[in-house]
Amino acid sequence: MTLSSKPQDLVEKALELSRADGAVVLVDAATDANLRWANNTLTTNGVSAGQQVTVISVKNGATGAASAAVGVVGRSGVDLSSVEDLVRASEKAAEESGPADDADQLVPGRASADWDEPPAQTDISVFSSFAPALGETFAAARAEGSLLFGYAEHSMSTQYLGSTSGLRLRHAQPTGSVQLNAKSGDRSRSAWAGVPTADFSDVDVVAVGQDLARRLEWAKRKIDLPAGRYETVLPPTSVADLMIYAYWSAALRDAVDGRSVFSKSGGGTKLGESLAGSSAIKATLRSDPTAAGLECTPYVEAYSSNAYQSVFDNGLALGPTEWIKDGELAALLTTRQTAAGAQAPVTPFVDNLILDAAPGGTGPSLTELTGSTRDGLLLTSLWYIREVDPQTLLLTGLTRDGVYKVEGGEVVGEVNNFRFNESPVALLSRIAEAGRTERTFSREWGDYFNRTAMPALRIPDFNMSSVSPAS
Amino acid sequence: MTVDESFTSLPLGDLAEAALSRARALGAEHADFRVETVRSQNINLRDGHVDGVSDSSDRGLSVRVVYDGTWGFAAGVALDARTAAALAEQAVEVAKVSKPVNSEPVVLAPEPVHGEHVWVSSYEVNPFDVPDTEKIGHFQRWSERLLAADGVAHVDAGFQAVQECKYFADLAGNRLTQQRIRTEGALTAVAVDEDSGAFETMRTVAPPVGRGWEFFTGNEVFDWDAELDALPGLLRDKLTAPSVQAGEYDLVIDPSNLWLTIHESIGHATELDRALGYEAAYAGTSFATLDKLGTLKYGSPVMNITGDRVSEHGLGTVGFDDEGVQTQAWDIVKDGTLVGYQLDRRIAQLKGLNGGRSNGCAFADSAAHVPIQRMANVSLRPAPDGPSTKELISRVRRGLYIIGDKSWSIDMQRYNFQFTGQRAFLIEDGELKGQVKDFAYQATTTDFWGAMEAVGGPQTYVVGGSFQCGKGQPGQVAPVSHGAPAALFRGIRILNTVQEAGQ
Repeated sequence: MTLSSKPQDLVEKALELSRADGAVVLVDAATDANLRWANNTLTTNGVSAGQQVTVISVKNGATGAASAAVGVVGRSGVDLSSVEDLVRASEKAAEESGPADDADQLVPGRASADWDEPPAQTDISVFSSFAPALGETFAAARAEGSLLFGYAEHSMSTQYLGSTSGLRLRHAQPTGSVQLNAKSGDRSRSAWAGVPTADFSDVDVVAVGQDLARRLEWAKRKIDLPAGRYETVLPPTSVADLMIYAYWSAALRDAVDGRSVFSKSGGGTKLGESLAGSSAIKATLRSDPTAAGLECTPYVEAYSSNAYQSVFDNGLALGPTEWIKDGELAALLTTRQTAAGAQAPVTPFVDNLILDAAPGGTGPSLTELTGSTRDGLLLTSLWYIREVDPQTLLLTGLTRDGVYKVEGGEVVGEVNNFRFNESPVALLSRIAEAGRTERTFSREWGDYFNRTAMPALRIPDFNMSSVSPAS
Repeated sequence: MTVDESFTSLPLGDLAEAALSRARALGAEHADFRVETVRSQNINLRDGHVDGVSDSSDRGLSVRVVYDGTWGFAAGVALDARTAAALAEQAVEVAKVSKPVNSEPVVLAPEPVHGEHVWVSSYEVNPFDVPDTEKIGHFQRWSERLLAADGVAHVDAGFQAVQECKYFADLAGNRLTQQRIRTEGALTAVAVDEDSGAFETMRTVAPPVGRGWEFFTGNEVFDWDAELDALPGLLRDKLTAPSVQAGEYDLVIDPSNLWLTIHESIGHATELDRALGYEAAYAGTSFATLDKLGTLKYGSPVMNITGDRVSEHGLGTVGFDDEGVQTQAWDIVKDGTLVGYQLDRRIAQLKGLNGGRSNGCAFADSAAHVPIQRMANVSLRPAPDGPSTKELISRVRRGLYIIGDKSWSIDMQRYNFQFTGQRAFLIEDGELKGQVKDFAYQATTTDFWGAMEAVGGPQTYVVGGSFQCGKGQPGQVAPVSHGAPAALFRGIRILNTVQEAGQ
């Protein structure tokens, strides 16, 4: 695959050309391969390669002067001959921008040991054993009279971050997933599974297909239930949907400004307060760039400043962070500057999220949690989740591709879908039982946030607000 | 207006020739080639201070082929003939790898060939020609104006502009060069009651538009001055407004809110690729399946919905789609009955709809992505001599008048939806009363549109829309507009969102 100039050369050239008081250059070299299918046949596919260069220029004081202004300009298809134009555009943007509220010193220099390595790449051959296995799964589906829909994607993104303060950081990030949806021939029954993967070597699509076939069997008996509050087993994918949204909503600055669920009445934040209420489960929500199987960029990468990140923090080293510790709100998303303003530790955004909720670190699997359910619902996934009220972080959304009625530990049939209205923060105080934490793929947000590990949770009174006729 | 010279000066014809001749030599049945430069700018201010300004430009090229009845697609960034030819080879290779999982040969609807054409959208001032200082200063002044008002604790301001340049060529002989401009601006005022910890927001309801910077410097298209004058008072009233009593209400819905309900419950539901299951694992399917075409009672007899990609300043408007099809306008719902879908060349051919012809709904959001069927401007038609909003309100004994979109969610078959809004006023005995807060309306699509008793006249018609309609895997975003008059709905379920949160 043809790429533009070498990323390291682009970083050095842009920094050399810079006339700003300080500059950060990010080069992202990405390759992607994907397959998509519907009705047991391929619909679209493709490979792509791209390289984006982003130049962040600081004028009027790189040393953190209050007058410092910043310009951010990113372009694809930049080579050594056109990078100067980009650098100048970035400087012009800084000159035309007003003082930046988040102005701070650039992060002191350090270098990654693998700085000189070329970008990691992927191509269509990543599917060379997956595609035939998928073909087998199609054949099995046809034999059963069912239909398969889904998508497989693998991307490799390598970032090179350099700065006038001496940063030379490289991070190669593989990201992949398979989503498989099985429907009965008449489309009245539907089941879904999502599998995150770094390289497709660990994806057993035949086994996933068999699990979905079992779920379609469960759905043969239909049970109509009205709206109401039900004991509900949320699978890890759904817990990920809800926790990711709470994480995205956890900017310290919004909390301090009195406009978030983490703001305290009368001013200040809920840091240090328990979110677990009377629940015996005291969950810990954390991120760790070195977590096994969830490895992610170990430094801040910010292409724009906003409530929870600052372009001035680019390259800042990230470590393990507990956002909620044993049920207590322990940290919110900060920049160096918002942290200093609130006298809080510096805890920037990390691109993975882990919820540990089972006491002692071990807990039942989803199957075991279902097996100990006397009378309740087991969900497959949630969908179309949107914020209704930021004060409570009330979210709405739908159940999708299988709500199963569980009686005496056995699935006895499939229930209609529901619209829910629930707050992930409020749920933390109502966890009746938690399963063991496992790698999972958020159905709602997995495209943007791939790396999560979550337990299944039993909620005694999940709010199913109305019935959805969708199947 | 002309296409950006930095785009037209690229060796577009030579690149196309290199890619298409290689695809032809390799035996592709169909090949098309695109070069795109999509430039976008975001300016965000918080309390009048610059929060973030970013400017990005995404440029690339791609080749799509049908080879041995199977799609193949490859995209890259280097604009040279060697890369263009190599992408044609890769696209054929992708088709070969994919062949074992393809059981439905791809055939495209035959379409007229247009040869060479240039098309540019309708705008006056290219926002990328306006200095950043001027754009930032404009939104700073507006932010300060709001901050100076009683009860406004914070103000967020955001501006976004996009310039999309596309070149399309195919084996059939199309050579199409197009440019579109779009802009969007919004200010959100926040009020905080420190004692109770309660907070409320109120956002401007100016729509995103296929227009230039001129949209922000005058009050002709959208009355910014009136909106900014009214916003603080509306916000103060909302903070102290009573919480809505849950139950059934008649609703008069303003176009600034109704556009999104149209988008979700009609726009997406009448995309034929969804009805066929192409989006089943992701965006979802549709209750409006093909067997119901011509018979499904989508709504009441006053409901008329059109699709178009030709209305001036529409976000979905363009000269030719990303398969070289000339854009057009058509009926989707006529007198309450489903009569049409949104089509691209493959699905039009597959189902023989529209005389086996596409109606021009293929779109890719960048050169790196494959074109898929995307939404046209889908709009609710006003009644030719229809009533004013005030007249609609006068017909309601107990109801709500809802303005501005906010939260939205709908299920994967487009039945069950829930929407909130920027503000709602209580209607009692035909008169507007004060605001109520914490409201959401929840309904099933056909029940909701079936309960539409009247649509307003052309004087109530406003075009709303979004830059950010998401669909497809890999995910793509598309801009789309939706026109709507004010409309009256009977007996819709209103929820209290505080009660829903269990508080």
